[in-house]
Amino acid sequence: METRDLTVVFGGHAAVNGVDLTVPRNHFQSIIGPNGAGKTTLFNLISGQLRPSKGSILFKGTDITRLSPPLRTRMGMGRSFQITNVFPNLTVLENVRLAVQSRSGVRYNFFSALSRFDWMREEAFSLLETVMLDKKSDSPAKSLAHGEQRKLEIAMLLALKSDLLLFDEPTAGISVEEVPAILDVIRRIKAEGGRTILLIEHKMEMVLDLSDSVTVLFNGKFLANGSPKEIMDNELVQSAYLGGHYDDAS
Amino acid sequence: MLRLRWTILPVAVVLLLLSFPELNDSRSLLILLTKIFIYAVFAMSYDLLLGYTGIVSFGHAMFFGIGAYSVGIGMDVWKNSLGTLLLSVLIGVVAAAVVSYFVGILSLRLKSHFYAMLTLAFSGLFVVAAEKMRSVTNGADGFPFAVPEFFMDRTNFYYISFVFMIVVFLLLRRFTRSPVGKVLQAIRENEQRTQSLGYEVVHYKIIASVVAGVAAALSGSMYAITLRFVNTTVFTMDITIMALLMTIIGGVGTLYGGIIGAALIEYAHELLTSLAKVHPIFERWIIFFGLLYIIVVMIFPMGIVGTIKRWQTHRKAAALGKREGLPW
Repeated sequence: METRDLTVVFGGHAAVNGVDLTVPRNHFQSIIGPNGAGKTTLFNLISGQLRPSKGSILFKGTDITRLSPPLRTRMGMGRSFQITNVFPNLTVLENVRLAVQSRSGVRYNFFSALSRFDWMREEAFSLLETVMLDKKSDSPAKSLAHGEQRKLEIAMLLALKSDLLLFDEPTAGISVEEVPAILDVIRRIKAEGGRTILLIEHKMEMVLDLSDSVTVLFNGKFLANGSPKEIMDNELVQSAYLGGHYDDAS
Repeated sequence: MLRLRWTILPVAVVLLLLSFPELNDSRSLLILLTKIFIYAVFAMSYDLLLGYTGIVSFGHAMFFGIGAYSVGIGMDVWKNSLGTLLLSVLIGVVAAAVVSYFVGILSLRLKSHFYAMLTLAFSGLFVVAAEKMRSVTNGADGFPFAVPEFFMDRTNFYYISFVFMIVVFLLLRRFTRSPVGKVLQAIRENEQRTQSLGYEVVHYKIIASVVAGVAAALSGSMYAITLRFVNTTVFTMDITIMALLMTIIGGVGTLYGGIIGAALIEYAHELLTSLAKVHPIFERWIIFFGLLYIIVVMIFPMGIVGTIKRWQTHRKAAALGKREGLPW
């Protein structure tokens, strides 16, 4: 995955400004930066929710800048959202089953009964076991606690079997007791290997613990990139976070 | 126990309705039920959009009208036979499929209320066309036409409409429970999420719109066959509003809801018009529909079927809760 000179302008304000980002295959890379640095906007560009004003995005060596979000998903890109984003009135199992259905390419079958696709249910169920939600499979998604909904989202993401996973603050807004469970799930995904992971996160200990490398964004611009240790020692980064006399990232 | 009761109930109703012409010789009731069956199909087709996919259309009458006019024109132009009747129904279905496909392509990329307005405009176009093409449609006055003898018999047509409703119900149920049907519900729930799962939302909306358009055209054809007459009212907003009321009162997102809503509205309509003898205000039955609608939305915000379903799950949950509360 690679972005080149990626820029998006909202009413004169460049939320993401000329970002060049390269994420090698099977790499675990985190993106950090203060609020408003453009992290989520960058994700929206990568997953196609937003069209860039300038620049391009490459994925698996092809230019996907003009591709629609569903087509990017089918190319092997999956994302979770900062705001919990599930199907509230469908059951937990159905939420995951829809993801399994999409991945397995059952797209326009409008006449077969779902019972012909029992394996989808089974696969969805085993994914719910992975995120420890199997006991709630028949409840509507909206009845889950916030942290459980985040876990549900991760299960949906896993069901897509994406090569590139985009996690947008998976622990945002969940209680302290629930954080380790989510961390556990992400660690397990990382350990499985074979996936490139991009993570936006504010919890530094989590970033340092998981990442192969860390990219820092500041005011929509690329500020630094390096191993977790390098980033911790980087003076620019420190001043950006501490908000010192820092004016421009270039 | 509960589940058993809920499977027995529809079977009992079907048996009752099948034996109805034998048990009862009230002609007006037979006609009323026939109309209910036909409107039920129309309401179910609308519910595919509103209840399953979450699309609000103000132009659903155009498909109903296409079905009605294609039968009318077909029977008017050709010789009266079963073959030409079936052919004109088929033409209506194809025309509705083509129109719904193009309306879908043109407008389903729009946000909900823009789509609603555009469908309103499209159906307005059909009203104008039907009025202006006088040589074919005889303008707003409409025209009568003949249908085969067999269809003119009220009892026969009662059975035909009943079977028609059951078949469409079963097909649509199959559709809503298929993989595509599930995606439609996902779109209703969360369009953006459906996209990011890799589904191309617009394609699915077009599928829903075509299936709903075809079912609506079929019900329009049946409607024209019962009346043996067609005029521009079949294209009007009133027809769409009727479908909207039927689905909302019956319960959106459930096919049963369309049937129950159709029965209720048509029955209320009949009742109120007959009360016109008592007091002239009942001629304005639409006022009472307004009241009925307000009451339903206040008491059963999820429609009648939706509310019953909710009670069921609550009871189930309560029973489960009790069991979990026990020491074992």
